[in-house]
Amino acid sequence: MSSIAVSASSAIGKTAAADTGVPVRIAVRNLNFYYGDFRSLKDISLDFYDRQVTALIGPSGCGKSTLLRTFNRIYSLYPEQRADGQILLDGQNVLSPSIDVNELRARVGMVFQKPTPFPMSIYDNISFGIRLYEKLPKSELDGRVEEALRKAALWDEVKDKLRQSGMGLSGGQQQRLCIARTIAQRPEVILLDEPTSALDPISTGKIEELIEQLRSEFTIVIVTHNMQQAARISQFTAFMYLGELVEFGPTTKMFMNPSKKQTQDYITGRFG
Amino acid sequence: MAEHIVSSYDNDLQALRQRISEMGGIAEKMLVDAIQALARHDTALAQTVIASDKRLDVLQREVEENAILTIARRQPLAVDLRETISAIRISGDVERIGDLAKNIAKRAVAIGADFQPQKIVVGLRHMNDLVLGQLKDVLDAYAQQDTAKALDVWKRDGAIDALYTSLFRELLTYMMEDPRNISFCTHLLFCAKNIERIGDHTTNIAETVHYLVTGETLAIDRPKNDRSIDTGVEAGA
Repeated sequence: MSSIAVSASSAIGKTAAADTGVPVRIAVRNLNFYYGDFRSLKDISLDFYDRQVTALIGPSGCGKSTLLRTFNRIYSLYPEQRADGQILLDGQNVLSPSIDVNELRARVGMVFQKPTPFPMSIYDNISFGIRLYEKLPKSELDGRVEEALRKAALWDEVKDKLRQSGMGLSGGQQQRLCIARTIAQRPEVILLDEPTSALDPISTGKIEELIEQLRSEFTIVIVTHNMQQAARISQFTAFMYLGELVEFGPTTKMFMNPSKKQTQDYITGRFG
Repeated sequence: MAEHIVSSYDNDLQALRQRISEMGGIAEKMLVDAIQALARHDTALAQTVIASDKRLDVLQREVEENAILTIARRQPLAVDLRETISAIRISGDVERIGDLAKNIAKRAVAIGADFQPQKIVVGLRHMNDLVLGQLKDVLDAYAQQDTAKALDVWKRDGAIDALYTSLFRELLTYMMEDPRNISFCTHLLFCAKNIERIGDHTTNIAETVHYLVTGETLAIDRPKNDRSIDTGVEAGA
């Protein structure tokens, strides 16, 4: 984390963040997002802290997944979608046209709601991404695959069947394989879009345990509809509604005593 | 406050509030009757106070069980979580208030028609009236989620402590005058102490109401005027 990033983010002025003393990894400033003519994010300004888990919560269609998708510009696959404003990753605006999006996506990894393993072997699922960017000798590549699988807490379960198809794993294992694939790129930020919504409680527990461990190395942003999950695994929580950021703060405060009535109504399951 | 999308959730929380309200009513009546029994040597009334405590215990268990069920079933957050936790805490305080009132009633039976200096009884009644006012107000504050009212109760407890200190001194004087007074004076001293402790429980409830409404704990120290610790028997007094 460079000091430039901190000064860049603090120089821009009004933010939604509390003064935490933790360095900022991603500073979102006046971000707007459009699906064609529809403005789905409205002037979002928000800080994401280094090696902390930030949960994005809010009802369906509030813009939390959209916000997540701006960080690695995955939306730019669709011509009618565009964003304006700034997303400063270590002080560098990822929305700038000069950014190499492939490099960006290696720095900002993403895991989706449904596990999306490639139809290839477990080993290749991991090595595929590494080989796109790095030419490594076999032994080193083996080491990187093992490291990624170990960090994703999957190694012990798959070490004897690395050549078997990734599609043959259980849902929870597939999701951890996807996380391993992301980690293998050695990203700075990991984006998780409802990573456990399709998993049983045991697999969910394993992913949550994993997220806690990964926090020591990566900045994590997670979209979740499970309030208790957000309360359990995140340090910061942002509540969004109708494309706007309603409230952002430390998770303990957000779930014990939120400042805004809208937040309270949402997290307690009331008619707002 | 807006209603929950799941209406049975509202019913669960409402049931907790109703039980606590019932507990409060019973505790208030026990306290009134216990002092009445003491002042009028009314053993029958004292026995009804002792019997009432059972209902209070049952209600407290129900509040606890239902609050735990609510946590397991609904995983309450924010104000709902505070409400559930507060119900457990307040029911505990009210149950203790009942125990203390019951103890006064038991002592009323034990003292029977023994000599009781009118001045002490008047003092006890006065103290009891103050505590009863506190209890009523704090239960209202809980029902109305009125943190200002709760804070007022919290601040008033100093007056009860001061009264207790003066009763303590007076009872000590009676005991020094004649050792035959020691028995009933000790009972009366415990009665005074019980009332003082009921006052403490009302301030606990006030703190809980403040937490329930604001989400914050009271950071400042409660005003205390119990000086009985500094009151000793002086040689030759």
